[in-house]
Amino acid sequence: MLSLLTFLPLVGVVMILAIARGNAADVARNSKYGALWTSVVTFLVSLVLWFQFDKSTAEFQFVAHLDWMPQFGISYHMGVDGISLLFVLLTTLLVPICILASWDSIKDRVKEFMVSFLILESFMIGMFCALDMFLFYIFFEAVLIPMFIIIGVWGGPRRVYAAFKMFLYTLLGSVLMLVAMLAMYFEAGTSDMIELMDYRFPIEMQPWLWLAFFASFAIKVPMWPVHTWLPDAHVEAPTAGSVILAGVLLKFGGYGFLRFSLPMFPDATVMFASLIFTLSIIAVIYTSLVALAQTDMKKLIAYSSIAHMGFVTAGTFALNVQGIEGAIYQMLSHGVVSAALFLIVGVVYDRIHSREIAVYGGLVKRMPAYSLVFMLFMLASVGLPGTGGFVGEVLVLVGLFQVNTWVAAFAATGVILGAAYMLYLYRRVIFGQLTKEALMKIQDLNAREWLIFAPLIIITLWMGIYPSSFLDFMHVSVQHLISQIDTALAASGQSLAGR
Amino acid sequence: MPMAQVPNWIPAAPELFIAVMIMALLMFGVFQKHQSAADEVRTAGYVSNLSVTVLALGILITIAFSGDRVEIFNNLFVTDPFAVFTKVLVLIGAGVTIIMAQSFLVRHKMARFEYPILILFAVLGMMMMISANNLMALYLGLELQSLSLYVIASFQRDDARSTEAGLKYFVLGALASGMLLYGMSLIYGFTGSTDFVQIAQSLSKDAADGPGLGIIFGIVFILAGLAFKVSAVPFHMWTPDVYEGAPTPVTAFFAIAPKIAALALFMRVMIGPFGGLVAEWQQIVVFISMASMLLGAFAALSQTNIKRLMAYSSIGHVGYALIGIAAGTEAGIQGVLIYLSIYLVMNLGTFACILCMRRGDQMVELISDLAGLGKTHKMLALAFTIFMFSMAGIPPLAGFIGKLYIFMAAINAELYALAIVGVLASVVSSVYYLRIVKIMYFDDVTDSLDRPVEKSIGWILTLSGLFVVVLTLIPGPIMDSAKIAAASLFAG
Repeated sequence: MLSLLTFLPLVGVVMILAIARGNAADVARNSKYGALWTSVVTFLVSLVLWFQFDKSTAEFQFVAHLDWMPQFGISYHMGVDGISLLFVLLTTLLVPICILASWDSIKDRVKEFMVSFLILESFMIGMFCALDMFLFYIFFEAVLIPMFIIIGVWGGPRRVYAAFKMFLYTLLGSVLMLVAMLAMYFEAGTSDMIELMDYRFPIEMQPWLWLAFFASFAIKVPMWPVHTWLPDAHVEAPTAGSVILAGVLLKFGGYGFLRFSLPMFPDATVMFASLIFTLSIIAVIYTSLVALAQTDMKKLIAYSSIAHMGFVTAGTFALNVQGIEGAIYQMLSHGVVSAALFLIVGVVYDRIHSREIAVYGGLVKRMPAYSLVFMLFMLASVGLPGTGGFVGEVLVLVGLFQVNTWVAAFAATGVILGAAYMLYLYRRVIFGQLTKEALMKIQDLNAREWLIFAPLIIITLWMGIYPSSFLDFMHVSVQHLISQIDTALAASGQSLAGR
Repeated sequence: MPMAQVPNWIPAAPELFIAVMIMALLMFGVFQKHQSAADEVRTAGYVSNLSVTVLALGILITIAFSGDRVEIFNNLFVTDPFAVFTKVLVLIGAGVTIIMAQSFLVRHKMARFEYPILILFAVLGMMMMISANNLMALYLGLELQSLSLYVIASFQRDDARSTEAGLKYFVLGALASGMLLYGMSLIYGFTGSTDFVQIAQSLSKDAADGPGLGIIFGIVFILAGLAFKVSAVPFHMWTPDVYEGAPTPVTAFFAIAPKIAALALFMRVMIGPFGGLVAEWQQIVVFISMASMLLGAFAALSQTNIKRLMAYSSIGHVGYALIGIAAGTEAGIQGVLIYLSIYLVMNLGTFACILCMRRGDQMVELISDLAGLGKTHKMLALAFTIFMFSMAGIPPLAGFIGKLYIFMAAINAELYALAIVGVLASVVSSVYYLRIVKIMYFDDVTDSLDRPVEKSIGWILTLSGLFVVVLTLIPGPIMDSAKIAAASLFAG
């Protein structure tokens, strides 16, 4: 099941290479439709997971287990639990949207773009499903290749710089993780993640392993001060690239913390929690202030992403049900909302070819529907009740309050700052006088764009109004995770409650 | 008078076969009538095709006569699964590089039948090296190989760069051989034997009070000589110049077959006679490994000539392979063997791409000449990209699997510092591999390269590209045979 899901996009790639022939226009059209259908089918297949998932157990489900390198005990092991399931769905949802978003804006080398995107999708799904750490690593790092190409070939003027920066930053972190994985493999004698979660690593080894994994995940999240690759990558990437970057790739880090750092190195996790809190608060406050000063829309949203991911990391290391569920929820809603915000920027960028805030103003007069959609997602990003962003932030803050009031108080200021920069952005772009010549003839959303935004709007509201339908999936798994940490800590004479 | 006992020649069948065939081909080439240049080209074509056939048959014979460890010719010569594994790699490398060279040689008016024959001689030397079980046999094989290589390096006689490359290689190579010989004489003096097994026994006998200073000196000199042959830092200086100066197909050959053979010899010597002294030589190998990886990574950053870049890249790769040797364990040797197999295929592919870099029938060698290749030669650029990402060790490509096993061995042997330097160097080296991808895809077309790509090169690209992509899915066969090969090295 999961293997089918993971490799379905690759089947699409083969299909595109087979059908996209003839003159340039045919190639472009065939590959666009081929990619769209592939990704839609993948999404529909992934819905089966949603309906057949058993919410009452923390066991991994839809498991596939094959020998891969039997000599070393490394196997092809896939499965999802309540934590990873929703990320898989997020991925399969966003990819067709990205392909629709690039329908008209990618004009050059369309076939190559679609192929890269489907390969990217395959690796992303594989990453969330992998249950063998070497398999995980392969998917985790393989994502860099298509992303590098997407930014580098179809990006903006400084794309080469941005692509290299993204690639090298992430690679640097992941190779350290690889060394740690090898050390774990020889210590525990297995590379199976389920077994590793139950293995107790020696207490003097844990901090080193934790730090190596931290290097990789902190860059991916990204946390302050290793966040600088993100604004560049976002600004230069094509719209679809930004969407997938913000929507899925940033979640790799948060997911990694939940999958590796917390269950496998609980002692080190408790030890370094205050480090994470500090960095998260700096991220929340500092990057929010930086966002206020931006003149480029994409850059502003990129900085807001870093601030939102600060909530995620803080919530994760609160190590209680509310904090962790809030963090996951925040990741999911941020995946939808920031993806939508980048699409919103893409809409006007396709028309005016500028991302400068100063170029716009008074758009509400010509584009009422656009302004409405923008407002909805702007408010969701701020965390207005009734949208997905609210639930995540509240849960994280509730979780943090139980652990450390000061951290919670500082984090809460991020909500205010978030409102400040988002509203400020909205005012400058949408309100005011429509004086600029270029904007006089701008068109409102067309049918394709409505089709892109409709599912995102529905999901954002759904996540805000009835969060249980998402929280129920993760609840048992999160509780299992916390009990795992608790037992591990009890063995070394500590407890979560006694911190 | 008793009949002289007929020695058992069967284990040396591949070497004997190739030696006989070399003579035959040489005769064939010499006795052809050459009335015009076209005749000469035709003869060269025949000989080169026949050489490829000989090498292919050599692979079959090697595999057919493979088996457990056997020592023959008064224990001068040994075959074991390790020898079979590395010989097959060398034979594949040599065969494919002869195929790649054919049209290049014709175009550059260098098509002479001596070229494939010299390569066969070098291959014979390499196979002797791999099977050496005695310092003397080792030296003979090494010199047969080296002398052929010196001539091949300067094969483009009317080109100053090529001649310079050959001369430089010869002078420095002779120096390294001298050091090696000096080291061997020390070892012989202090152990009383040139036989690998007897050296090992003699060394383990006085293991109680540690090896004497003379032995250590001998090992250091031998290591220096071997490090030169594998072009590890600090004995790498000849590599960039020779790679750049030699004709491109020759560079391809240099980067592949001699490297594999020399590393095989390195393993044979360090694990065989000196296997008991791992603690003594480990830190030296750790140092040259680190230095090679770092130099390979940093020095390549500013190169503009693709052949020079490949030279530094190969220095770096040797550094990675040496990690496995530094570990000194069976897992380490297995890692090196897997790494070498992958290295072989990646380099074959990369050099096949480089051989396509022609403009108006002239070779171009600057990296910037690749600009816009992604638009003009889609398949070629795709293949080149796959090889570059693989060389950088990015999963899911084969290069990653190679690095994974090497690092696994290092961690297993608790060489943490070496592993960390290794992964960091791999990040730095990924910069220049990515730069090539960048130039092909992100930069605008300046002046398109010649088309079309020749059929033989197209096949090499397809096969090696597929190997690099698919290996991760089915790594089993190579890993299993590498494991058997590595185990046999320790059994001796």
